[in-house]
Amino acid sequence: MGATETVGGGQAGRLAWRLAEVIEIRDETPRVRTLRIGVPGWRGHKAGQHVDVRLTAEDGYQAQRSYSIASAPESPWIELAIERLDDGEVSPYLAGEVRPGDTLELRGPIGGYFTWTVDDGGPLLLVAGGSGVAPLMAMVRHREAAKRAIPTTVLFSSRSAGEIIFRDELDRLAAVDPSLRTVHTLTRNQPEGWTGFRRRIDAAMLAEVAGPPHPGEGLLAFVCGPTRLVENVATDLLALGHRADRVKTERFGPTGT
Amino acid sequence: MGQGFVSRGFRGRRRPDAEVADRIPPGQYLTRDFPVLSAGPTPRTALDRWDFVVRGDVEAPRRWTWDEFRALPSETVTKDIHCVTKWSKIDTVWEGVSVDTLLDGLETSADYLIAHCDGGYTTNLPLEDVTGGKAWVVFGYDGDALEPEHGGPARLLVPHLYFWKSAKWVRGLELVGEDSPGFWESLGYNNYGDPWLEQRYAGD
Repeated sequence: MGATETVGGGQAGRLAWRLAEVIEIRDETPRVRTLRIGVPGWRGHKAGQHVDVRLTAEDGYQAQRSYSIASAPESPWIELAIERLDDGEVSPYLAGEVRPGDTLELRGPIGGYFTWTVDDGGPLLLVAGGSGVAPLMAMVRHREAAKRAIPTTVLFSSRSAGEIIFRDELDRLAAVDPSLRTVHTLTRNQPEGWTGFRRRIDAAMLAEVAGPPHPGEGLLAFVCGPTRLVENVATDLLALGHRADRVKTERFGPTGT
Repeated sequence: MGQGFVSRGFRGRRRPDAEVADRIPPGQYLTRDFPVLSAGPTPRTALDRWDFVVRGDVEAPRRWTWDEFRALPSETVTKDIHCVTKWSKIDTVWEGVSVDTLLDGLETSADYLIAHCDGGYTTNLPLEDVTGGKAWVVFGYDGDALEPEHGGPARLLVPHLYFWKSAKWVRGLELVGEDSPGFWESLGYNNYGDPWLEQRYAGD
């Protein structure tokens, strides 16, 4: 409910910085690490929303970044999947230095457009590039926690098999849920015997994976990843006949040196 | 909360140089890239179908075709820009038409305006924040035509506010007597968006 009171509803009342505790850390890939964070007084979020994290050095210097929440709204904690950017400032700290028991300062949840609840329905097409999967994973996990068989396809572009974030969980969920399908493409290296796609996402791949435009409102697409992927996928989806107002986008990842 | 809080082991690698430090608002970091942010697909309007209108609380609406708009007096301005997603970029060079030129001689009692854009995006601004040399409708960036993903053919430029107010793919300004929130302003972002006051979200 925090989302609707403080952010989604646009009501007054400042979104306060909170002190939160890192409960657990999991390595997802060599570059991506999940932080499970307990936030006292957290009143929930919508899948797709993000938090702002603020770091403070001893001399008072501060740095802030936004991170999408990857965990389901049903979880009692939040999880952030942090990709370590070698030339970054905040991500090497969060994905390297931080350990369980540390305190982080954050505020949120933030964002009212790139969000989804099971009541928004589907069919869903979730297109991810790299760590752009984080807010989409929150949607998959929310759908799972709510036990709603909304037809959902995840099309996930990664560089190599070892860099597929949440691979085991996605495949495990899809194996037992006939209404959930995950499709991978690997753009740089493919292991021997790889049967998935082997190229960047393009119109032909989207046509094959998403099928023709559905009748009625059509599918609801969420696209998150690097700018080039997001631009191309959104443009291709329109060209394939999907509705512009049903294609929601969010850019993710490094934003500069 | 947070006074005196220190993040264990955090030093910070991107402290801005002294000569630009006072140009970076609180919570922002300097980038040399030009990141892209938008809520949906990039609209692509052909220039022969593009027009720009000033309407609402005016005696007679004004409308320019692309060619007419490009024939208006334009200027090149160098500005610092600040995105609510935390990046700031300094000394960005834009070419466009001052909003003062678009509203020149216009009689209106409006105090606010709503910028309307291709794709249905809107943003709201006080009129006084887009007049007096504070805002432009720009079609050039860094010496080239403004690219579609950065808002081309034309976007608003209101550099003293967070960059979502500099609406991409702008097609018109509606002058109104009462303020009402635009797209992001209805979705939890601040109604005014002063980066120096760190007015990111509603209530900031």
